[in-house]
Amino acid sequence: MEIYALLGFVLILSIYLGLELISKVPSTLHTPLMSGANAISGIALVGALVLSTDSNLQSAIAFLAVLFASINVFGGYLVTNRMLKMFKKK
Amino acid sequence: MSIFEDITAIQNIIYIVASILFISGIKMLGKEDTAVKGNFLSAFAMFIAVLATIIFIVDPVILLGGILLGAIIGSTIALKVKMTSIPEMVALFNGFGGLATFLIAWSEYNSIPDNYFQYLLVMVTIYIGGVTFTGSLIAYGKLSEKLKVAKTSIVAKIFTTIFYGSILFLIFSILLPFLPALGFNFFTVLLAITLLGGIGFVLPIGGGDMPVVISLLNSFSGIAAAFAGLLLLNNVLIVAGSLVGASGLILTVIMAKAMNRSINNILFVGYASASKGSSSEEQGEVSPINVADAFLILESASSVLIIPGYGMAVAQAQHVVRELGELLEENGTEVKYGIHPVAGRMPGHMNVLLAEANVPYDVLAEPDDVNPIMDSVDVAVVIGANDVVNPSATEEPGSPIYGMPIIEVHNAKTVFVLKRSMSSGFAGVQNPLFFKQNTRMLFGDAKESIGGLVSEFKD
Repeated sequence: MEIYALLGFVLILSIYLGLELISKVPSTLHTPLMSGANAISGIALVGALVLSTDSNLQSAIAFLAVLFASINVFGGYLVTNRMLKMFKKK
Repeated sequence: MSIFEDITAIQNIIYIVASILFISGIKMLGKEDTAVKGNFLSAFAMFIAVLATIIFIVDPVILLGGILLGAIIGSTIALKVKMTSIPEMVALFNGFGGLATFLIAWSEYNSIPDNYFQYLLVMVTIYIGGVTFTGSLIAYGKLSEKLKVAKTSIVAKIFTTIFYGSILFLIFSILLPFLPALGFNFFTVLLAITLLGGIGFVLPIGGGDMPVVISLLNSFSGIAAAFAGLLLLNNVLIVAGSLVGASGLILTVIMAKAMNRSINNILFVGYASASKGSSSEEQGEVSPINVADAFLILESASSVLIIPGYGMAVAQAQHVVRELGELLEENGTEVKYGIHPVAGRMPGHMNVLLAEANVPYDVLAEPDDVNPIMDSVDVAVVIGANDVVNPSATEEPGSPIYGMPIIEVHNAKTVFVLKRSMSSGFAGVQNPLFFKQNTRMLFGDAKESIGGLVSEFKD
């Protein structure tokens, strides 16, 4: 159980860090920030890659998890980049 | 030390580096000058984290195949999608992230959890991931206008009931190990009711409240990833997921504040029941204006403020709006855009549309910047916005939207309101702005009206 206490600690600190880092965002960046953060949530890919493939069901679940996380990662980063490139100063 | 232990150590170091890069990346994403770099940094962090994980890959054919296919599908969607469809695309990708965590937790359940805490994490991760998935799909349907369900319809009510039922069933599932054994497979029921519950969570929420919902779903996808990290004992999942959870939460709060409503009211009550209070009886004569007269007033104006809303997005008028802005500037008029945080259907919707039409972001101003100088504005041009310029929010304590921060266009010398008809806005509240002395209504399709003004300027 100790490991969970430690990881729970990391979780709380990371949320706090996130709140501090992003508290003042100009409204121009609201969509890109959301879309960029969305791409980061594709980190589930790292979890999907270590899933077990013991049975057919487990293999299918792992494949789908990797597939959808990858769509999230690639789609998310590219769309964010495309969007940010449009923002120009005078 | 064995080679295996060496590799684990290297992997952990790479995870730490990736976490640091994610933190710097998301910080840089919050500032205009560094945003592109920040996104790149976070993509690089993702790349090294995945690379470090592949070392231990169990089944390369299945899993690398999944990455490749996902890369092709994701990239194709991202590069082909029209910029105007960005809101629904973000919702769709968000849903896929939620689905991935839902599947991770399912897989972990099948591997039989070792202890109760793991079991608890599996249940919670399944629930948040699943609700994020189907909730985002519904948001996608609503944003792309493919799905239209009234809040009061019977379908919406059934699904709302299922949503509340799904929460109860989650609690039941969490307590299950302490209860006597059951005669049915509760887990399959949990998977199904979670997915249906996600539909019920978003289905009854109206289009104008979408900015809040979509930010909240964004936050959920991060929280789900962080819980999956706890389940798999993986640091980088926890850190990256938490950052997303936090950024989504910040956007949710910004959006709710911009509507002066509590998150609870937006999600579970809505305007329909809030608007039973006094509805304004203050009707009067509206003064319509035609394009030719509007042109004459604009031509002699020295400062113009343009306030776009969802109507501009619907009419796809952003390009003609930019053209009008440029012609006005050539004519010596100072042009600014007043952007309300909840104008449109997602956070920053107007900013993206105007950027797509090549409007530089430094002429876009927030309500706090334009309200103090409103009386020096000659003409305020409201294009398809309604509730965000409704003076009831400042003048009428009984109004459902009273207290909501608005762009106070009624203080400008002249106001043009471009509108298709006299229907009320999303909140269903009558807008006294239309009946003010200094307001002129320019009825018709926004794109056609602005196009008319543009050709008047060119002649």
